Amino acid sequence: MKVLVLVKPTPDTESKIRISADGSKIETGDVKWIINPYDEYAIEEAVKIKEKAGAGDVIVACFGSDSAKELIVKALAVGGTRGLLVSNEGLETADSLTVAKVLAKAVASESPDLVFCGRHAIDDDNMHVGTMVAELLGWPHVNVVSKLEVTGKTAKAERSVEGGMVEVYEIGLPCVIGADKALNKPRYASLPGIMQAKKKPFDLKKPGDLGVDAAALKAGVRTVVTGFTNPPEKPAGKVFKGEDVEVMVDKVVKLLREEAKVI
Amino acid sequence: MKVLVFLEQRDGKLKSSSLEALSLGAKLAGSAADCAAVLVGKGVEGLAAQVKGYGADTVHVVDDAAFEKYNPLAYANAVEAAIKAHGAKIVLGVASPMGRDVFPRLAARMDAGIATDLTSCELSGEKLSGVKPMYSGKALAKIEIASGNVKFATIRPNVFPATQTGAGNAAVAKLSASAPADSRIKTIEVRKGASTKADLTEATRIVSGGRSLASADNFKILNELADVIGATVGASRAAVDSGYATHDMQVGQTGKTVNPTLYIAAGVSGSIQHMAGMRTSKVIVAINTDPEAPIFKVASYGIVGDLFKVVPLLTAKMKQLLT
Repeated sequence: MKVLVLVKPTPDTESKIRISADGSKIETGDVKWIINPYDEYAIEEAVKIKEKAGAGDVIVACFGSDSAKELIVKALAVGGTRGLLVSNEGLETADSLTVAKVLAKAVASESPDLVFCGRHAIDDDNMHVGTMVAELLGWPHVNVVSKLEVTGKTAKAERSVEGGMVEVYEIGLPCVIGADKALNKPRYASLPGIMQAKKKPFDLKKPGDLGVDAAALKAGVRTVVTGFTNPPEKPAGKVFKGEDVEVMVDKVVKLLREEAKVI
Repeated sequence: MKVLVFLEQRDGKLKSSSLEALSLGAKLAGSAADCAAVLVGKGVEGLAAQVKGYGADTVHVVDDAAFEKYNPLAYANAVEAAIKAHGAKIVLGVASPMGRDVFPRLAARMDAGIATDLTSCELSGEKLSGVKPMYSGKALAKIEIASGNVKFATIRPNVFPATQTGAGNAAVAKLSASAPADSRIKTIEVRKGASTKADLTEATRIVSGGRSLASADNFKILNELADVIGATVGASRAAVDSGYATHDMQVGQTGKTVNPTLYIAAGVSGSIQHMAGMRTSKVIVAINTDPEAPIFKVASYGIVGDLFKVVPLLTAKMKQLLT
């Protein structure tokens, strides 16, 4: 079984997001980059499939800048077998469909049986690329998958939706699976794993190597982020301390009923 | 401007936020003649009457056994058929599990721009623009789609008003669409998951616990409060990582983004990633022993004290008040 995992570098969840003075962009100078947290569940599931089969490839692919290489190597340290970085030079701010177009070509060039990605990336919060890659390849997909069983050329996938409901699918391979948190528990890298990761095969490609005309793609970008603003600040609240607990609780309950009118 | 709005239904029940999308659609379209909606399912034709007066003259209905359960390929085909039937230039929906599944697929299929989870949305000439929260709301992005024959957008629930203006006959126009072969993708079952409480993302009241709860068992004091006020119980990542609460309870950047009327945080310190997921709650109550805990900065009301003393008292007072 050949499995490919799509990963994306995102700012660490504990990062403060600072907007540039002119409001045009997010300042990334002091941001600590991580693999999008949901992508870690995607990597783990792919590695588990390889381990269960006793053989196979887990290609970890990313569309990003050179600095994404070290993040891909981290994925190789937990069981990925090969890295693939497609340079986004000149397309750094391209929209999700443009990214999907490049990644669909990358996937096609590898012809995997199964593609994993995280349910969504925690930077732009879009939930677009995995589904778009599936569409561009003419493949089915299931996103927000909390349970997966692969048997031969089909998979059974459970997807969590609103209201505590679960949709259960039977899906034919090849397909795209978007991983949710409940899917598994990602492992930590072992020291030998980290050492081996540096020696694992790693391909660096440009969009042109995949037959993609980057300039034409750039000209065809449809969705543009034109600027950022900070969310509105909340007015200062009323915090009680040092009084008898019962008195403080009474005050808060009264405020909830009479001032906030939410109880 | 020709606008099509995807109306979601599950089990024959129309999603309330679909009316919000329809009201926005009617506004952008400018006339009921230019605004249409699409309903997909089995035995759903009757639902069209529920959107009468919300601004659409036509409701395209794809009503067939093959569309009874949600299936991403089938539903994408159905919405695509309605886009073509109406000649839609703008397609609106809700940023729900269904909307967020169907719309990216169609945007890729039609080489179109897509804006997801908008909290404001405008049309000027051909240009569709709006604001969407990014980084779980740590920043708001201004987003624009200026080119393409079709433009897609989904709106965040509970932000836009649902307005019954009286315009729009909501006349049913039957439409057919193809479903994928079973071998590609088939929805075998839609069932209730483990939890029976309202989902965190839809809850109007949430009681959330942090690492200070110190054990899974101690969450019962939060459950008691939640039962009294009709809330859903959430948790911080620290509590989930420590095994005190399950993944589906996690509020924050890698958990759920919630938007309740009342959010009670007990023993939650308020890490950046947690607050990213709950800062838009209307009223926040923080309970923590540490007066310097960041959660107090976003709290509407706070009590500096031991949650094990405060929460049971709060439960008792609420019980007195509400029963």
